[in-house]
Parts: sequence; structure tokens; C-alpha cells
Amino acid sequence: MMNVSDTIVIGGGLVGCAVAYGLARQGASVTMLDEGDLAFRAARGNFGLVWVQGKGFGSAPYARWTRSSAKLWPRLALDLMEESGVDVCLEQPGGLWFTFSDEEHEQRRIVMQGIQDDLEGDYPFEMLGRQDVLARAPALGRAVIGASYLPLDGHANPLKLLRALHTANLRRGVRYVSGQPVDTIVPQQCAEASLFTVQSRWQAPRVVLAAGLGNRHLAQQVGLYAPVVPNRGQVLIGERCARFLDYPTLFVRQTDEGTVQIGDSMEEVGFNDEVTTDVLADIARRAVRTFPVLSGLRIVRAWGALRILSPDGLPIYEESRRYPGAFVASCHSGVTLAAAHAFHLARWVGGAPLPDECTAFGGERFLTPHDQLRHVH
Amino acid sequence: MSTDPLFVPLARAGASAMPTVAITLNGEALQVPVASSVAAALLATGVRRFRNSPVSGEARAPYCMMGVCFECLLEIDGTPNRQSCLVSLEAGMCIRTQDGLRDLLAEACDPALALARALEASHGL
Amino acid sequence: MAFEASPSRTRIRMADTADIVIIGAGPAGMAAAIVARRHGATVVLLDEQPAAGGQIYRGIMSAPLQRLNVLGPDYEAGAELAREFALSGARHITGAAVWQVTGDRHVHYLRNGCVRSIRAGRVLLCTGAMERPFPMPGWTLPGVMTGGAAQILLKGSGMAPSQPVVLAGCGPLLYLLGWQYLRAGVPIAAIVDTTGRSDYRHALRHARGALAGWRYLKKGLGLMAALKSSGVPFYKGATDLHVLGDKRARGLGFVSGGRTRKVESPLILLHQGVVPNTQFSWSLRARHRWDESQLCWAPVTNEWGELDVAGIFVAGDSGGIGGARVAALQGELAGLAAVTQLGKLAAHTRDALAAPLRAEVRKNLFIRPFLDALYRPKRANRIPADRTVVCRCEEVTAGDIRGYVSLGCIGPNQVKSFGRCGMGPCQGRQCGLTVTEIIADARGVAPGETGYFRIRPPIKPITLGELANEA
Repeated sequence: MMNVSDTIVIGGGLVGCAVAYGLARQGASVTMLDEGDLAFRAARGNFGLVWVQGKGFGSAPYARWTRSSAKLWPRLALDLMEESGVDVCLEQPGGLWFTFSDEEHEQRRIVMQGIQDDLEGDYPFEMLGRQDVLARAPALGRAVIGASYLPLDGHANPLKLLRALHTANLRRGVRYVSGQPVDTIVPQQCAEASLFTVQSRWQAPRVVLAAGLGNRHLAQQVGLYAPVVPNRGQVLIGERCARFLDYPTLFVRQTDEGTVQIGDSMEEVGFNDEVTTDVLADIARRAVRTFPVLSGLRIVRAWGALRILSPDGLPIYEESRRYPGAFVASCHSGVTLAAAHAFHLARWVGGAPLPDECTAFGGERFLTPHDQLRHVH
Repeated sequence: MSTDPLFVPLARAGASAMPTVAITLNGEALQVPVASSVAAALLATGVRRFRNSPVSGEARAPYCMMGVCFECLLEIDGTPNRQSCLVSLEAGMCIRTQDGLRDLLAEACDPALALARALEASHGL
Repeated sequence: MAFEASPSRTRIRMADTADIVIIGAGPAGMAAAIVARRHGATVVLLDEQPAAGGQIYRGIMSAPLQRLNVLGPDYEAGAELAREFALSGARHITGAAVWQVTGDRHVHYLRNGCVRSIRAGRVLLCTGAMERPFPMPGWTLPGVMTGGAAQILLKGSGMAPSQPVVLAGCGPLLYLLGWQYLRAGVPIAAIVDTTGRSDYRHALRHARGALAGWRYLKKGLGLMAALKSSGVPFYKGATDLHVLGDKRARGLGFVSGGRTRKVESPLILLHQGVVPNTQFSWSLRARHRWDESQLCWAPVTNEWGELDVAGIFVAGDSGGIGGARVAALQGELAGLAAVTQLGKLAAHTRDALAAPLRAEVRKNLFIRPFLDALYRPKRANRIPADRTVVCRCEEVTAGDIRGYVSLGCIGPNQVKSFGRCGMGPCQGRQCGLTVTEIIADARGVAPGETGYFRIRPPIKPITLGELANEA
């Protein structure tokens, strides 16, 4: 017996859930298909940052897209709180990106200035000297000489975000199927309409590929191109302690629970989310150098997770020209972009035009030569 | 206010006095029976509460005595959150109940401050 | 800026090497060390405790005569093993908290604030057993401890309850503790036994095994008889157990013989069996199976105890509950296999030596199905009611977990990410089995299909500063 709905979303992570949420808000009937308990799940392995600064250097569309999401985030948090009862603990006090030498500081300033120029000045960053950084982060060690600061930056609890989205989706009638890995999508193209059959059981005129690393394989079946590869980040989780850090930073942040999240690495090791002692030691050393008070902090857990990286590190949003109704949505900042996904991207899936910034993110851009792997933060 | 200890050394035939060791608990001097771990010694002294749960604030005390439950956390000689059932008892140890979350800034900046804060908290006796 | 993978990245210096690294100084670890040394292997044995013996023989080297009398002959039997181990030439590193064992057999441990690592030819995990979780209302109150904790206090420090104590649950160790307390003159307020008539009926199906292990059975029956004739209040078929008290334990409430009962005591000792300590084997991503008769996970091994991770063995209770004698035999078997793999023993010699060991393992295991059936922990004490706290560290209730299942979570890792159960300092040791069973029960699938938490290092806490020094 076929299960039919308006839209099938493949992938129950942050991208899938946010898009499903946005679709459900538009009244669409949505079926979400998700893998099992031990799937890789970038949604469970990320840093929880709602991070703007530094992103989109050399890609104004990405900087704009990111900024728009950060500005929409408070609304997402509020709506989710109302609909699910879950507080995702969004804080947007601004973020600090530390510099350890004058040279590094200057290089950073150039990057930030470049983005500000691209955004016609709507990018209120500050380059802080050591004293100003210390005022915001008294636990700072001597090695840090300054930082770039952007008031738009923040963080949330990514696990609560996932739970909030799930809860809100369920309440809005989204059908969530867990333990359902997907490897086949069969598109049918009739004169007027499209129809997609997933795993021979699920059917809808629209399908959204939000399966993270699985998008690579699935995209090919619906005339899309999503050449994403895994990139491992390792993270340390420190015990709960009294609040010592009020601002999120790229590699140390204190969560709403009081635990300390310390990262991270970028490794090309294939589909391997194990942790390695040498990288963990490096991460630990950098953290202690930045915040010497952390030296006695007990590590409760270490984990590795796989980012979904496109060749240029930018998102992939595209509707299949060959099979209209099939969409791919992929990024490596599922937390930051959750608001944009829920409010803007979902409307595009629902039939609205693709947001201006996103026209730069088609998968077909990779079919041209001169691709480069660039890290966008 | 003293509380009856939950555990006591088994009576030894012909022994005159139980061997004890001097430590401080939350700043107060205390004689505790010689035992194989700090947790055992404190249980035999009448300490009923070792810490508060960081989630609910409820009182907690040792449960497994073998290092798998993490309930027996105490601050020992300045280091917080130590599994006291795995720490050998030594004379002169400075022990505090783990009241609340550890405070990294206080530990780093001002040991006297950390001391003062801990003294305010109620201890387990 | 995040780290890029680079060739100049830290290399962890492996400061030490050994043919065989053993983790755990209980009967399995000690026996393995003795055998490995006998065949010329260099052996390092790492253990958290200051002296050998593990849990079951804790304090064996320093126990005074009076304590030996209280604890009984089985305990005393450990002394011989411990003596032989002390003379074996194995390097015994005490106070060592092993925080990681990698798949390529690097063992990382922490001792006195210093991090060390050993590159091992073969690794033997002999981490023994721990108490099965016994969730019930009030079980997190001060004054509630496990039967095992009480034995540790008795063996390690010669300490016993000062006031009449309640012993509740089931299983041979509970009755042994009661018997030991009787001998020591410790007042017992009550023994609250959850074993009921139906358990005896189910156990009788394995009567043949029981008879084959008749010596063990006879010992057990003798224990029970002593307890029952001692005048200690003995309640059978107890259900609806809950700890009474507000800020600390004041007693135990339960139903027995059709009546609601209350026994007052500031100390409640709970015990419903022991389960393998599988943190290392899970962290190695070794295959595990759900053992429906022992209601726990056990690592899948070959006949020598080797995991599906090459060169890493499990021996003793951490591979499945078999008791101290079986643990020692399995330690020998694993030790023989390891030295053979290292080329120090011919395979045919190994097999010849192994044959009588296997025969004795079989003999000692005959009684297990009977015991497992008789002392099978009750469903309500493994899959508790909604309001009972399951994850002690993060205070997640059974009802919370069921709620996440209805949100669509199908396994422990999804449930953990939604509710934090298993994220606290104990990393699932106290709640893991319960979480697996609650999810399985709520979904109507087998626990084996439901799975377990993903276990990651550090297996024991290590500080950031200590980790930073790991190079």
C-alpha cells in the first residue's frame, strides 16, 4: 500500500526538520523518513553555534544568507517555544574569534572588512584589543592578543533544537518515520505533474533530499548533483561548572547546561567518526592555551562527527530541472541556517521563488572546472 | 549537629581504640576512622550528604563504592569532583562536600575566595 | 580557525610497550597474568585499586583473620591466587585509571595526574561486573546503596552497618551478604526478597543444571537456612518496592504476602544481580549480543574470549556473568590464546592445556541457567513506572524516556540526544540497561534490536590539562 503525502523529506536532521517545519506551517502534509539510532547524524554532532562572522568571505550571497538566518533566529526560537514547549536556549551576545599574533589579527581584520564591504556596510564587526576581549572573557589566557567580534553571533542548544523541531512537527501533523534508510527514489514525470516513489512505499509530488552525506547518492537519482564529502570534527565535552564564559567562540563555548564544549578539528578521513588521541590532545592544548582555567576541567566525553562539506564549503540548494519537484538541501551549518531553512527555504520548496542569495548555491556550479576546497570560517 | 554514622568498623576483640586519622571537612577538624577510601571513612564518621545533584540540587551520597556511579564526588585537597571511593585516605586531607558546580574562575583567581564560599555551604554532618 | 589535518600534527609518544596488557586485577586478570608470565610474556596489569583482588577479592591481601572468618571460605580462596599473582613477575600498576583502549591496542591511562600510554601486543579486558541498576522511587536518596557497596566496605575497610539494615532484592550475593552480617553480629532489620514462587517454578526447568552444580546449591541452601532460622524478618515475593524518606532514606516500603509493609532503616542495601562492565568493549565498537537469560549485553567472542576486534580479549564477568572461579579459568584461557598469538606457545600445546580448563568452565557453568532463572530480576524492577528516575546523573525518568519514544526515537542514542540520559559523569553505567529495556518494551521490539548507548572515551575522566600533556 502506498503512503502518499504532499512532500517527502528524506533526512530527520536539522535541515530536514527545519524544512519540514516550514512546510507544515504552510499547511502541507509532510512525511519525514529518517535512518536508525546509530546513523551518523551531523544534527547530533555539531557545535551549536549560530555563527555569522567570517562566513562568506569571497561569497557575498553566503554572508547575506547567513546573516538573514541569524536575524530570523529569535523568531524561530520563540515560535518553537510556543509550539513545542521546548526552550532551545538561544543566546546572541555576539561572538569572539581569537587572534594570537598581530599578523593574525590584521589578516582577520582584512577578512571581516572584506565581508563588510560586500554587505554594503551592514556588518557591524569590531576588532578588539586584548583589554576589550578580557572585559568580555575574564578567563582568557595571556596568549590571546585580540579578537574579532560580531554582535550577530550566538549559540543555541542544538539537541533541544532538534527535539523542539520534532515536537512541533508532530503537533503539526508531520509524519515521522524512523529506522527507514532511503537509497532509491524513482521519479515519474507526467505531462503536468511529478510523482516520486521512495523505497517503493512512499509517494509524493515533491521530495526534499536533506539526508546529509546520503544526498550525494540520492541526488543522482533525481537529476541533481550534490558532491558532498564527509569532514570529521572531534569535540571534547567538559563537566558542568559555574558560568565562566558568556560569549560563544569557535572552539570553546559553555552550554546552557553548564557543560563546556571544546573543539574542533577538520579531517578528511572518510566515513570515520572515531576519536583519536593525538587530535584530542591538540584540541586540549589549544583550549588550555586560550583559557588556562580549563586545565583542571574534567572531560566527560569525546566524540567525532562528520560535517557535510561541498567542494567550496557553501550550501547546495537546487530544484531538479529534469524532475521538477525534487529538491536538494545541504549545508554544514544546520544550526545557524535553521531559521533560514524553516522560513525561507521551505517556502521555495512550497513553490515560491528561490531566495536571491541562494541562486548562487546550485549543485550544477560544481560541474564547471576550477573547484577549490575552501574553508569558509 | 552530629548524625549517627551508617557504617562502623567491626569490633575487634581486645582492641582499645579504633585507629583514626585527622582531616578537615568543610574547614572543621575531624577525626575519621582509618578506612580504605575517603568515602568509606566519611560514611563511618556520620557524613550523610556528599554533594548536591547539579540538576535538581537534591542531596546525594555514595551508592556503589566502586567508581561506577559517580555519586561520591567530593572536593579533596582543592580538586573538585573527585570520586572519593577511589581516593585513599591520608592524614591532613582537606575535604569539602561538593556543593554546587565547581567554579573555575574562583579556583584560578582566588583560593581564599573559593574557601570562603565553601564554608558558607551546609555540610553533611 | 579549526585545525586542518596536517603532517606536523602531534604524534602520541608510546612511552611503553608490553606483550600483554591486562585491565583489571580481579580473578580473571590475575589468572591471565600468571599464565602469560609462565610462558614468558611481558605483562603489565593496570587496575584502579591500590591492591589486587578486584571487587570479589577486595582487600584479600590485607584482611585480618577475623574478617576472613566473617567473609567465608570462597573469599579466602582468592588469597592463593593473589599470592601467585604477586610472585608472577607481572608489572602491576595500581591506582591506574584506563581512559582509552584503541582498536590498534594502545592503552592510555592516568595515574597520579600523569598520563601514560602502552603499546600492547595483546590486550585482555578483565573489568569484571557491576551491580545491575535497581531503579525504584527514592533510590537516589542518601542512605541507599548497593549490596556490592556494602561488601566493599566490609572487605576493604572492615566496616558494617551500625543500625539495623534492610537488604532488598534477589540473588546469591544478597543472601551471602546477609549471612556475612549474621556472622559478624550486624543487626538486620529485614531481608526483602523479590524472588517469588513462580521463580522457583521457572528455575525447576533447569533443575538438571542445578543438580550438576549441587555443591554450589548446597552452599546456597545452607546460607538461606541460616538466614531464615536466624530470626531476621524475611519477606518473600516482594513487589512495589520504594524507598521512604524525603532528604534521606528512612526505610523501605513494599508489598509482600498480600500486605503493604514498611521497614524502617536509614540504610537500604539493594541488589538484584550483577552485570558485565562493558564500557571498554562497547567503546571498541565490538559486537555485542543481548543475553535474554541474564538480561544484559555481553560482547561476542570466540572460544578464547577474543572480540571481533583483533588481538583484544575479554575474560571474566565482563564477558558474561559466570562467577569468580569461571573468571579465573577464562583468564587462563585468554592468556594462553594471547601468548600463542605472540608466538610464545605452540597451538597444540595451548589446546592441550586448555582442554581441562574448558571442562571445568563447563562444570561451573552448569548451575548458571538455574540461578539466572531463579533470580531473574523482576520486570517492574528493570522497567520501572513513569515517575521513577532512570538516569541518576541527569535525573531523567522512565516517563521522560517513554515520551521520547513517542516522539519517534527508536534507540538509546536518539533518546539520549533528546533527554540527556547517559550524558552524565557515569556515561550510562547506571542507566544504560534500563534505557535499552524501556525503549524495547515501549516499542514492542527485542532489546537486542534496540541497541545500546554509543560509548566513547574517556572511559574514566581525564582533565583537559592531562589530555593536553598526552604528547
